[in-house]
Amino acid sequence: MKRKALKAAFIHTVPVMMGYLFLGMAFGILLSTKGYGVIWAFIMSLFIYAGSGQFVAITLLTSPFDIIGAVFITLMVNLRHLFYGLSLLEPFKRAGKKKYYMMFTLTDETYSLLCSTKPPKGVDEGWFYFFIGFLDHCYWIGSCVLGNLLRTAVPFNSKGIDFVMTALFLVIFIDQWKDSKTHIPQFIGVGASLLCLVIFGASRFLLPAMVLILLLSATCRKRLEAKFQ
Amino acid sequence: MILTTKEALILLAAIAVATFSTRALPFLLFPPHKKTPAFVQYLGKMLPYATIGMLVVYCLKDVSLWSGSHGVPEAIAMLAITLVHLWKHNILLSVGGGTLFYMFLVQAVF
Repeated sequence: MKRKALKAAFIHTVPVMMGYLFLGMAFGILLSTKGYGVIWAFIMSLFIYAGSGQFVAITLLTSPFDIIGAVFITLMVNLRHLFYGLSLLEPFKRAGKKKYYMMFTLTDETYSLLCSTKPPKGVDEGWFYFFIGFLDHCYWIGSCVLGNLLRTAVPFNSKGIDFVMTALFLVIFIDQWKDSKTHIPQFIGVGASLLCLVIFGASRFLLPAMVLILLLSATCRKRLEAKFQ
Repeated sequence: MILTTKEALILLAAIAVATFSTRALPFLLFPPHKKTPAFVQYLGKMLPYATIGMLVVYCLKDVSLWSGSHGVPEAIAMLAITLVHLWKHNILLSVGGGTLFYMFLVQAVF
C-alpha cells in the first residue's frame, strides 16, 4: 500500500524537485559564505523547512542576537501558511497520526500540489499526501546540503551573492503585483517599511514596520475587503 | 559568525517552532465546519502582499545612498530583473541570472 502511494506521489513531485534544487542550493551556498557549514544547512532544512523563512534566517544569524524580533519576522513571513491549512482540514483529519508531520511539510510548493492532485484509484489518500510532503522535504534537505558542500569544495568569489534573496523577493513581488486587483497592500508594505527604515535605521526598523503594516491594514479594511471578494 | 553556537541553535529552534505553528495553527483553531473570523480571513488575503513588499525593503536595508556605490548596482540589477521577468516569466532565469549579473556588477564594474 505504501509503496504504491510513494510511486504515485513521486511523479507529481518532480517539478518541485527542480525548483527546490535551484532555491535550496542557492540557500546552501549563501549560508556557507556566512561561515555556516554543512551541518547547519542540514539542521535548518530538516527542522525549519521553509524557503523565504530560511533566507531570512540567514540574515538573523548574521545580526545581533534578538529572539523576539526573529520570532516576529518568521511569523509575518509565514503568515500565509495560516490559511493553507483551511482547505486541507478534512483530508488531514482522515490521515491519522501522520497529519502532524504533514502539517510540518506544508510549504508553498507542497500545498499547491496537495490542492491540485488527487490520489489515483486504489492508492491510499493519507499515504499519498504524506509521501508528497516527505519527498519534497527530502529534495529540500538534499539541495541545501549540496549547495553548501559545493561552495566548500569549489571556493569562488562570492561577493554580491546575498543579492539572491533580493532577487527572489523582487520576483515574487512582481508576480503578486500582476495578479492582484488592488496594489494598496503592496504600497502599505513598501511604504511603511521605507518610512520606518528612515526613522529607526537599518537595525531596528523591522518591528515598528510590522506594527505599522498591521495598523494600516486594519484601517483600510473596509476599502480593501470589497476588492478581495 | 557573530553569534555563539548556543545562540545560533536557540535562534534556529525559535524560528523552527514559529514556522511550524503557522502551519499547524489552523488545524487546531479552526476545526471543520467552524467559520474563520472575518478579520482573520481578511489579514490572510492582504498581508502576504504587504509582507513581500516589506521583505524587498528588508533586503535593501544596508544599501547606502550617500556612500560607496550609492545603490547604483542594486538599482541596475533590480531594473534588469524586472524587465527580464516581465518578458520571460521564468523565475529561475530572473533570480539566477539577476544574481549573477549583480555579482558581476559589484565584482568587476563598481
